[in-house]
Amino acid sequence: MLRYVIRRLLTAIPTLFLIVTISFFLMHVAPGGPFNMEKGIPPEIKANIERVFHLDEPVWMQYLRYLNNLIHGDLGPSYILLNFSVAELFRVGLWVSAQIGAAALALSLVVGSALGVIAALRQNRVLDYVVVATATAGSTIPTFVIAPIIQLLFGLTWHMLPIGGWNDGAFLNKVGPVITLSLPQLATVARLMRGSMIESLHSDHINTARSLGLSDYAVVVRHAMRGALLPIISYAGPAAAGLITGSIIVETIFQIPGVGRYFIDAALNRDYTLVMGTVVMIAVFTIVFNLVVDLLYAVADPRVRYD
Amino acid sequence: MADRILSLEDVKVRFRTLDGVVEAVKGVSLHVEAGETLAIVGESGSGKSQLMMAVMGLLAGNGEAEGVADYRGTNLIGLSKTKLNTIRGRKITMIFQEPMTSLDPLFTVGSQIVEPIIRHQKVGAAVAKDRAIEMLRLVRIPDPERRMASYPHELSGGERQRVMIAMALANDPDLLIADEPTTALDVTIQAEILELMAGLQRRLGMGMVFITHDLNIIKRIAGRVCVMRRGEIVEEGEMADIFARPRHPYTKALLEAEPTGRKAPPPANAPKILDGTDMRVTFKIGGGFLAGPPILLKAVDRVSLTLRRGQTIGIVGESGSGKSTLARALLRLIPSEGAITFDGRNIAGLGRNAMRPLRRQLQIVLQDPFGSLSPRMTAGHIVTEGLLVHEPSITSRQRDARAAQALEEVQLDAALRNRYPHEFSGGQRQRIAIARAIILKPKVVVLDEPTSALDRQVQKQIVELLRGLQAHNDLSYLFISHDLAVVRAMADHILVMKDGRLVEQGSPDEVMDHPREDYTRRLMAAAFAA
Amino acid sequence: MTDAVSKGRSLWADAWGRLKANRAAVWSGVYLAVIVALCLVGPNLTGHQFSTIYQSYVRVPPSLSAYPKPQSLDAEIKEVAKRAHLDLKEWGAKGDRIFVTVTSAKPIDPRVTRYLDRSDSFEDSKVENRSDDGLSMTISTAVKYIHFYFGTDTSGRDLLTRTLIAGRVSLAVGLLAGVVAVLIGVLYGAISGFAGGKTDEVMMRIVDILYSLPFTFFVIMLVVFFGRNFMLMFIAIGAVLWLDMSRIVRGQTLSIKRQEFVLAAEALGVGSTGVLLRHIVPNMLGPIIIYVTLLIPQVIILESFLSYLGLGVQEPMSSWGVQISQGSRNMEGAAWLLIFPSFFLTSTLFALNFIGDGLRDTLDPKDR
Repeated sequence: MLRYVIRRLLTAIPTLFLIVTISFFLMHVAPGGPFNMEKGIPPEIKANIERVFHLDEPVWMQYLRYLNNLIHGDLGPSYILLNFSVAELFRVGLWVSAQIGAAALALSLVVGSALGVIAALRQNRVLDYVVVATATAGSTIPTFVIAPIIQLLFGLTWHMLPIGGWNDGAFLNKVGPVITLSLPQLATVARLMRGSMIESLHSDHINTARSLGLSDYAVVVRHAMRGALLPIISYAGPAAAGLITGSIIVETIFQIPGVGRYFIDAALNRDYTLVMGTVVMIAVFTIVFNLVVDLLYAVADPRVRYD
Repeated sequence: MADRILSLEDVKVRFRTLDGVVEAVKGVSLHVEAGETLAIVGESGSGKSQLMMAVMGLLAGNGEAEGVADYRGTNLIGLSKTKLNTIRGRKITMIFQEPMTSLDPLFTVGSQIVEPIIRHQKVGAAVAKDRAIEMLRLVRIPDPERRMASYPHELSGGERQRVMIAMALANDPDLLIADEPTTALDVTIQAEILELMAGLQRRLGMGMVFITHDLNIIKRIAGRVCVMRRGEIVEEGEMADIFARPRHPYTKALLEAEPTGRKAPPPANAPKILDGTDMRVTFKIGGGFLAGPPILLKAVDRVSLTLRRGQTIGIVGESGSGKSTLARALLRLIPSEGAITFDGRNIAGLGRNAMRPLRRQLQIVLQDPFGSLSPRMTAGHIVTEGLLVHEPSITSRQRDARAAQALEEVQLDAALRNRYPHEFSGGQRQRIAIARAIILKPKVVVLDEPTSALDRQVQKQIVELLRGLQAHNDLSYLFISHDLAVVRAMADHILVMKDGRLVEQGSPDEVMDHPREDYTRRLMAAAFAA
Repeated sequence: MTDAVSKGRSLWADAWGRLKANRAAVWSGVYLAVIVALCLVGPNLTGHQFSTIYQSYVRVPPSLSAYPKPQSLDAEIKEVAKRAHLDLKEWGAKGDRIFVTVTSAKPIDPRVTRYLDRSDSFEDSKVENRSDDGLSMTISTAVKYIHFYFGTDTSGRDLLTRTLIAGRVSLAVGLLAGVVAVLIGVLYGAISGFAGGKTDEVMMRIVDILYSLPFTFFVIMLVVFFGRNFMLMFIAIGAVLWLDMSRIVRGQTLSIKRQEFVLAAEALGVGSTGVLLRHIVPNMLGPIIIYVTLLIPQVIILESFLSYLGLGVQEPMSSWGVQISQGSRNMEGAAWLLIFPSFFLTSTLFALNFIGDGLRDTLDPKDR
């Protein structure tokens, strides 16, 4: 098991390296630079700023410099938010994004699985159709439609929730973002769970369990559900990585100071270090969560063994 | 009157499907007495399994049952789940066909046996565990204490079926229902499981319902036999009576379905047509970056054979013995080492393009009549695909005529040539596969388990068709099968394979009646013991 | 032999029959056809240009009856009089025309009727009667009735026309980018699966790496790099979404390659091209069709997403994503700006999903 983890982490290094390289050069090929748009900067001052940030060096030098810093854990200063380093921005923003993301993940996994199981047990009956229709709606309606509608209904019309803002993480301020973020995932989990539960309920060993006179609880929960949860575990890895690293849409609409919203601004303003930092952060989270999921899978399914 | 434990009266089973209501069981009455074995025989689709599933309350969601299934005064059909659960698993238990999937892969063997014991006998975990170990010992699983902690995937197919039996018998049931319990197992394992079941039944004195399509099995275990066909019982009686004096025409046909006759041997001076010397096939499994070296699996290990014109060589052995691999290697469909001579020419080193003209002489018919025909081509196009390669100049009208001719040669209605594979039965599909091979006028045909997926009666017809085609076209066959009765009816010479090696060879009489090797002896004993 | 060669039912015919029996899919198909037709011809029938600005009708709510409303005529006429620097004496309706009497300290130029015609509410203004000193004048004018069934946006443009035009953009991008993704994906996946061995390994490793690139980042970089160009945008989308397609096609190719009928064809001496064209491609079409119907909504969402962020289609063109973004900024007091485009986008996505599900049910070989 330990050997497997080490092997996975070792193979992640070239992947990470490639991602950094592709992103870095792609970004530098794009026209413009971090200090080009601000009008009124006299050329000599611009040259000074660029010298400070080594932007006057050839691209490959900058690349090697960035790699070197990255290996030492230094993500560099932000070019646009001049008083902050990228690491500082993440330290503050990631905590915010992660709170919302983790809550949304938990909500979608628990409620989604429950709905899926209920639908599977009532296959082709009214309750099943209701769940399937809701799940289809949830996974079809884009976030940028759900979020303003939640604001419109719960904020503007009924005054139950604040329209936006973080308010130091007050509970009510989190409700809208968490629901928006979790709805599509919840819907996907419900559909996935329904499918795998139906398959699980039809498997031969469930017949065996029934033929042995086991109780419905034992058949459904102990035997059918445990097997049906396996695909959910695989799904949860990438979903977790995506949720915790913040959502551009949700953080913009609800005005939440997380890390998701940095990305577009950074890309548009050529804030090279912040863009690279975001890419590295997402890649690392993705790699780690995929590994965690694979390990969890090995725990849950005795047929899977890593060595 | 004997102690009647289960009696069925006019049991019907229906399934609602997309094509309307299908009646799987159309009113069946039968009874089982304590301590007796009742065999229910029928071909696939006869409703024999669904009948017992209905009794156990295990029908699929779209199925419904009516009638009376009386267990000691309680009608099991329509009984509430709670009440049913005090009988099934306790008084009536069942074992299923597929040992690979019938156990929950996520739980240890031990916990799966313990679970129903605790449920029905209301005992503590320690007592249940002792009982489970005792049961594993009873079904002769070696080292049962250690095996309790194993997961199903760590056991062989035979062992899993033993675990199933242990689970079914752990609560001392009155009645055990066995649904084709040995069909998915290799013949030698089959024999052991049957012997075990018969022994346990005698010892524990329970009743047993044994569902099977295999008449050989009935001879070994049944006291009474019900023959089912299309949802109805057509004949019922003592086993010996049924075999000696079958009354219903269907029973007669079933009994006569065993392939009979022998093939006339080719003249001793018949020329060699295909010769493989020192054949080896090795598969690489796993390996890669940081994953250690790959495992090498010797699928075929130094096997030689010589096939003469008009001869049929039968290759027998259990699954995984390398018989199919050997045949495919001889046809150069998979890479191998060793010399292959076809018609006096060494073909072992020929490339893809050089092989192509020879392909029409070397044909193959595969086991699975469902998988071997492309589902989106018509029968006519499937049969004539080889002509596109080997006679590219003929027109599509000529090809169509050849398709009709080839289908008639395999005794299929030529008018069906525009139909698609899914519109044919298994036997018909196998005829199409044979027509596809025969249309090229080959010299050698590999028959890779061509009858294994078919019902007995159809099997017999295919065997006769193949023998006829051989005599008519002077064909040489390599006939691969695990079914020794079919091999006996087809082959002049038999090779016995085990783990990629050639164990024994000789004429059918030598190998089957006087086997020299221990492995062959066990194989024959399992297949022919009456 | 019978001469009447019986006709077989191919799996395609079977699937078509089953699809027709699936009511949700059929109605979704009809709905989608209606939406497509509306988006194609609708903008020519609404009587509005998508870029025409009606200054008198900024952010007016949707209404089945025509504008101007009777109660707003008074304010409108006063507004016109003010703009023309005239004093309104009185106005009244007679028949289907309105008679306005105005006075001024200076003689009134007869060309003041233009002020009325220039307003979005009136047309065909005529001087009926001018006092001799020219200080008073009666003008008759016809009310120009205009319908805004969906209301107007913040610039005073007809929302119905704009929603349909936006639909054209969203659907076109969905279709074209979908085709790009399918073409790349099928080619790449089929080559990888068919070649097998080392080639396959390298090609799939590349896909793995592209997968681990943060997806939004990739699209945004492409858009930023290519500039906000309509054509290039959907190439960017297509170029990203082909990854799933290539994996599916590769998987299909591999599994079909292992089928016995491919082995049988090889035993017949059929070459690679024959195997590919006669056996692999026809058996792969089902999954590809299913995936395409699931891919198109994904593309539409992605396009809307980019447009929402301001990276997609630019003014005066529009897409549903742009409209939703504008709508959500104006939902306070003008909820229709959010609701109509959201409804069109969501219902179209729904219809596509139901068609996709229907196709999966009918084409999935598991059913047999």
